[in-house]
Amino acid sequence: MRRLLLGAIIPVLFLVVWEAASRTGLLTLETLSRPSEIFAGGYGALRDGSLLLATLQTCETALLGLVIAAVIGVAVGTILGLMPTAERVAGPTIEALRPIPAIAFMPLSLMMFGFGVGLEASIVAYACIWPILIVTIASVRAIEGRLLEVATVLELSLWKRVTKIVLPAAFERINVGLRVAAAISLVVAVTVEIVLNPRGLGYHLVLAQQSLRVGLMWAQLFWLCLLGFVLNLMLSRVGSGSALIWRSL
Amino acid sequence: MRRLLFDPINLAASGFALSLLVAWQLLADAHVISPIFFPSPARTIEVLRYRAFDGSLWVSLASTALRMVTGWMLASAIGIAVGAAIGSSRIAGALLNPTLEFIRPLPASAVIPVAVLFLGLSNAMSLTVVAFGAVWPVLLASVHGFSSVSPQLTDVSHVLGFKRRDFIRKVALPSALPDIVAGLRVSLALALILTVVTEMQSSLPGLGWDIFFAQRSYRSADLYAGLVLLALLGFSANHLILFFERRALRWRNASTQ
Repeated sequence: MRRLLLGAIIPVLFLVVWEAASRTGLLTLETLSRPSEIFAGGYGALRDGSLLLATLQTCETALLGLVIAAVIGVAVGTILGLMPTAERVAGPTIEALRPIPAIAFMPLSLMMFGFGVGLEASIVAYACIWPILIVTIASVRAIEGRLLEVATVLELSLWKRVTKIVLPAAFERINVGLRVAAAISLVVAVTVEIVLNPRGLGYHLVLAQQSLRVGLMWAQLFWLCLLGFVLNLMLSRVGSGSALIWRSL
Repeated sequence: MRRLLFDPINLAASGFALSLLVAWQLLADAHVISPIFFPSPARTIEVLRYRAFDGSLWVSLASTALRMVTGWMLASAIGIAVGAAIGSSRIAGALLNPTLEFIRPLPASAVIPVAVLFLGLSNAMSLTVVAFGAVWPVLLASVHGFSSVSPQLTDVSHVLGFKRRDFIRKVALPSALPDIVAGLRVSLALALILTVVTEMQSSLPGLGWDIFFAQRSYRSADLYAGLVLLALLGFSANHLILFFERRALRWRNASTQ
């Protein structure tokens, strides 16, 4: 309780000073609006559904990109994890591609897909592939040798070996990579929308700024904060939860 | 060194990368893949060569690197200072943590519209956004580093009667340094990303803008040249810090051995 109070001091103080400063004319309304107007703007956007629609657009694209990245990342990661030589051969190429900021591919992706879901999902996928790929390689590599020996003794086919032994054994650690990627996917999706793509939360944020509806802009910014916060919370819950489910099977 | 260079695995690795490029070149020459989306590597190299000689390449590279490093240093200074405060004082932690935890998941690029409103399409805007986005890894790492100073060291400095400032400078900071350096490396990668984003968003000269402009004028070889330069910049920045990390923290490895 005491911690909660201490933690609330700064935000509450901040809001009060902000409101007071804008009422007394210390702050100009073009840039800072005031908390009461931000609440009004946010309430309006929530009621007419535009905020929820934009959130849906952003989330579905981020999810699509994440799924593409997960499929490619886990598949390639499993192959490279099982074949150390192949990993060492392809390693430098991966290391050369990895440091390119995904955002830099935006113009290229725009030429290929045009505006819309394809543009955004492809960028999200590129950004999310690397953590998934690297964690998958590491976790497949870390599987106990005895498990693989069992697979050899049972003369499992490669497909069965991967689906019955390798992936279940590596799942828990791959999950960590997926969680990192999920956090990245939202950030990248919003960034693409802010810079280029005319849909979703990022675009509406820029739109509000450019039409000087400052209250609405701040409301959307806080909404984004909240969204990221909830996502992080969910990821830490779901992450540990699904690990337990798998253990109890 | 020589043995390393001719190691069969390394040869195979360079062969793999090279064969990808050659395959690309052949496919592009045969017009199997569209030259608009995938111009042949030779054309990209040609652009790089041309721009290196007329000097425009160095200007872009330098302004992007400068923006990235300045923003990163701002972020580092703020991150280490605030992290030290939170990590070494429980009251500061209780005051600041909830607010920071709420702001942290915000996509850094989402502050661009706000920063534009305050600062216009300027270098100051770019630096603010870069610093805001890059501050989190250093901040978290430095909180962790400062809060996990070993109790023995704290006791020793109590016994020696260290003042708070001496404790931070002589004990806490060196002990937190490995964590902080790891955070600095992540921050630098983020700083590069945000530099590119702000350059695209607000037409500031640099590699990000080059790439954007190349696309708008459908010069895809220029676009790839920009991507290659960005990869080089990111790669060398990362390895520079790794190199520094190994040298600066040598005392630590020596003491544990």
